[in-house]
Amino acid sequence: MSIIMTLVIALKALSRNKLRTMLTMLGMIIGVGAVIAMVGLGKGAQSTIEEQVKAAGTNLITVMAGNFTQGGVRQGGGMSTTLTPDDAEALRQLPGVQYLAASVNSRAQVVAGNQNWSTQIQGTDVELPLIRNWPNKFGSFFTSQDVQSAAKVCILGQTVSDNLFGPDVDPTGQIIRVKNQPFKVLGVLAPKGTTSFGQDQDDAIYAPYTTVQKKLQGIQHINQIQISAETPETGPVSAEITDALRARHKLIPGDPDDFMVRTQEEMASVRTETTKTMTTLLAAIAGVSLLVGGIGIMNIMLVSVTERTREIGLRMAIGARGKDVLMQFLVEAVVLSLFGGLIGIGFGYALSAAAEKFLEWPTSIPPNAIGMAFGFAAGTGVFFGFYPAKKAAGLDPIEALRFE
Amino acid sequence: MAAPVIQIRDLVKTYHVGEVTVRALRGANLDVEAGEFVAVTGPSGSGKSTLMHILGCLDRPTSGKYILDGKDVSRMSKDDLALVRNRKIGFVFQGFNLLSRTTALDNVELPMLYNGAEKLRAAQRHARAMEALKAVGLGERFHHFPNQLSGGQQQRVAIARALVTQPTILLADEPTGNLDTRTSIEVMDIFQRLNAERGITVILITHEMDIAEHGTRLVRFRDGRIQIDQKIAKRRNAAEELAALPPPEPEKDDAPSDEVAVEHHGGVV
Repeated sequence: MSIIMTLVIALKALSRNKLRTMLTMLGMIIGVGAVIAMVGLGKGAQSTIEEQVKAAGTNLITVMAGNFTQGGVRQGGGMSTTLTPDDAEALRQLPGVQYLAASVNSRAQVVAGNQNWSTQIQGTDVELPLIRNWPNKFGSFFTSQDVQSAAKVCILGQTVSDNLFGPDVDPTGQIIRVKNQPFKVLGVLAPKGTTSFGQDQDDAIYAPYTTVQKKLQGIQHINQIQISAETPETGPVSAEITDALRARHKLIPGDPDDFMVRTQEEMASVRTETTKTMTTLLAAIAGVSLLVGGIGIMNIMLVSVTERTREIGLRMAIGARGKDVLMQFLVEAVVLSLFGGLIGIGFGYALSAAAEKFLEWPTSIPPNAIGMAFGFAAGTGVFFGFYPAKKAAGLDPIEALRFE
Repeated sequence: MAAPVIQIRDLVKTYHVGEVTVRALRGANLDVEAGEFVAVTGPSGSGKSTLMHILGCLDRPTSGKYILDGKDVSRMSKDDLALVRNRKIGFVFQGFNLLSRTTALDNVELPMLYNGAEKLRAAQRHARAMEALKAVGLGERFHHFPNQLSGGQQQRVAIARALVTQPTILLADEPTGNLDTRTSIEVMDIFQRLNAERGITVILITHEMDIAEHGTRLVRFRDGRIQIDQKIAKRRNAAEELAALPPPEPEKDDAPSDEVAVEHHGGVV
């Protein structure tokens, strides 16, 4: 029998019991719909992170001072004093390095008038705005002149400016006090918001690193070097940096690095992995409902085979072969699951559209998810339809015709 | 004379039901010529149903030979038997076995969906099914569902379904078992006409002697063997019987009372 005739017979058989057909399909609809919606939510979260990473710059490399061991006591990362401004200058010469800024971190209470605020003091270099792609909102960034002279100047982050001077105030030219030393405010950076880790990037003040080293900390070393590579391919550049620093720090093979090189790519991939895991988890849970839907199909097909035993016997008596009967029931199961899958795709779209509209969660359903859902639905139909169909095909026509 | 349509030789069929061995057929021999109308009778357990299943290629004998239309079908594979059932045999059952919620026409078209290599277009199937329905006097009711038809009408749909593939033999297993006297005679009338006008070989299984007497030959089974095999001397004529019966009571629903008469006198086939 041709596949079209089999399909026609299957559709007729299913239309004979519409309510049951609908209820059986409901399992598939919910299963496929849930998978689509969950994948949509997961992918949406993922692409949000990717956008954030892209906004932060994918070509960022951070060199951090490493740990060091003093008399068997291992200090934490960033405690090493081996990273110096000379290292930074040496790295600047490496091919592939576009911009570079040495940086020193500190925390302090800052005071302006009768307001005070505890914040991070970032000692950095003139190329930071270029590395972070970060323009000024008011005023201007400090100059290399300021760095050389260790001038007591600073740029405020938006949060600091708001807390010391109030919102929408241009504090350029004002004086703030950091550890009882007056700093002239040169401007305010454009607000950048929080990182995807939840850290407020605007809650900091930026000063020349030399100033922080000499006037606030009294140290010679630096904590970090921020670098932007010429291309987003940061792998080779970070390898060169590692080699150059090991040579400068006279580390022999076998010695551990006394610094750490991190690329934005690496950090982003950690977060992407996290969301991927979440997406997989959600899809797996949704997949369970797909499985339940499949079992529902199997259950109904088994009932159907029993109910239609006489019909099967008759079909065999008038010339249906075992494989004709097998195909008939298999096609019925696949039609059930495919129709269910099709409606389920629509349902999934509606669900994620609703999530986007009412919960304001970003969603994006990848086009291949539809193909996959359809394939899964068909696979479920074949897998769960096969046993009942096999049972039908294996019936003895004489017994089947006598069945009451 | 041509070779017999059906030749069975030393047919034995043994079942195992749990520990018990049932010897349903113990060496049956039978030749049926084309165009015969054979009535098979016998008490229950005599082996007539088993014979029917083997004749209908629904079952295979334990030993012995069954030659149908010149071909030995006793050792054929299941799939080949399915094709033989489709092409050479028309079944009529006691319980009609029509597909519910399926129109008479679709029921009659059913066997043509399983006819293997011979592909028929929808229009051809339709035309053949309509022709078969007209042959049993139901041309007007092709779009009715089985639950809208009386028992006699349902059985006539079943006969149309058996006819539609133009089989060599028609196998009827207690076709009047669920019908009243009048409709039973109507069904026998259809068989007699198909037998006489189309030359279809009819094998009729029944335990009612008056039904059996519509055939040309009587085969009586007992304990798995043929006990009596004789010509029916005084054959009943269903058309005459119907004429002698009082006119049928008007049917309550949609069957007009004069329809049956129209069918009989109108030219069939």
